Amino acid sequence: MLTPLEDEAVRRLRAGDRVLFSGWIYTARDAAHRRLVEAMRAGEPLPLDLRGQVIYYVGPSPAPPGRPVGAAGPTTAGRMDPYTPALLSLGVKGIIGKGRRSEEVRRALIAHGAVYCAAVGGAGALLSRRIRRAEPVLYEELGPEAVYLLEVEGFPAIVVNDILGNDLYEEGIARYRRG
Amino acid sequence: MREIHVDRVKEEVARLLREANYELPPDVAAALEEARAREESPVGRQVLEELAENARIAREERIPLCQDTGFAVVFLEVGQDVHLVGGSLTEAVNAGVRDAYVGGYLRKSILDHPWLGTNTGDNTPAVIHTEIVPGDRVRVRVLPKGGGSENKSALAMLRPADGLEGAKAFVLETVRRAGPDACPPFVVGVGIGGTFDLVAYLAKKAILRPLGHHHPRPEVAELERELYHEIQKLGIGPQGLGGRVTALWVAVEIFPRHIASFPVAVNIQCHSARSKEGLI
Repeated sequence: MLTPLEDEAVRRLRAGDRVLFSGWIYTARDAAHRRLVEAMRAGEPLPLDLRGQVIYYVGPSPAPPGRPVGAAGPTTAGRMDPYTPALLSLGVKGIIGKGRRSEEVRRALIAHGAVYCAAVGGAGALLSRRIRRAEPVLYEELGPEAVYLLEVEGFPAIVVNDILGNDLYEEGIARYRRG
Repeated sequence: MREIHVDRVKEEVARLLREANYELPPDVAAALEEARAREESPVGRQVLEELAENARIAREERIPLCQDTGFAVVFLEVGQDVHLVGGSLTEAVNAGVRDAYVGGYLRKSILDHPWLGTNTGDNTPAVIHTEIVPGDRVRVRVLPKGGGSENKSALAMLRPADGLEGAKAFVLETVRRAGPDACPPFVVGVGIGGTFDLVAYLAKKAILRPLGHHHPRPEVAELERELYHEIQKLGIGPQGLGGRVTALWVAVEIFPRHIASFPVAVNIQCHSARSKEGLI
């Protein structure tokens, strides 16, 4: 899927679908989320236009010479739950992370027609190969927590929460649980 | 008395932390391979294949297995016939951490204060555990511990009436809650007994035991087997997408307990179970 995402394409995605993202995606994790949402609540103009955008929860390791980034796998998404509905209200259409989301976030995904996808946690070396460029855009002083734009090509993820309220984790675990 | 310059410790810490972050230990790689052979879930098998490929790329290209290159947890066993010279041991360990994380392109993830903090910029300080042991060597073990799995670890001061059954239930509940968030399949480190502080240390030390090696006491080894099988029944699977393999290994360490207490700690370790040891 090419970014920015089109509404109709997002609405067609279902939990369990494999997606390859190409184009530019934003990185943001704990501290960047806190700052963005504090700015929103203070009524300040936001430094980013997030309509149709994808946010990837990642804090890459530093780029060794000759590479755009170091290891760059997803971080635990649940820590961003308190901020996610606010960002979805700004038009974010896709989120990439790992791990479960709160009920509130799942409802907000449905309300705003957005999806949450998981990339393979702990596969940071493998995933970094799908990243062509990394440009810092905001909060550079936060180091690994700064906001970057990443140019990705065929970045792999799997849809966990879709706009119908399906949850791939719940379905998958229920299928294999015993006793 | 054998003299060892603290710079030797610094160099060893730096070398081990780099290696640990680039190379999955052979026992962990073997456990992932074995997991792939018995995983029934197609998506789970694919995840395990990607993790094997990830380990190959990290090793060959010398980039970290995971972007979370961890809190540097350093275990030192210092022989009582060793005289460390040339400066502070703690400073030497931190200098080793600095060398590894700055020079090795590892991520700096440490804030200098829990709530006022800014990034220390070099991943110091390390968490250092020192034991004095017989002999004239220094054994250095490093465990770069990621935040995602550490966050899902837990400790309970159970009642003696809850006993072993209560401890088992607590372990299972902790793993269930860790679920997809903490990068399964896990290595599960369990401590039982001792005090509030010691039981957490036991659980962390349990993670360092090579996979495939049961505790020497038969009743503890039996508990490890039972917990291992019960954890697989949770169905969490690779990355929590459902599957047969939720734990790569379960290691339990025990200690005598107070008549009033039954402490249990569970330290969750993600599949990127990085550790490395050296001897000076």
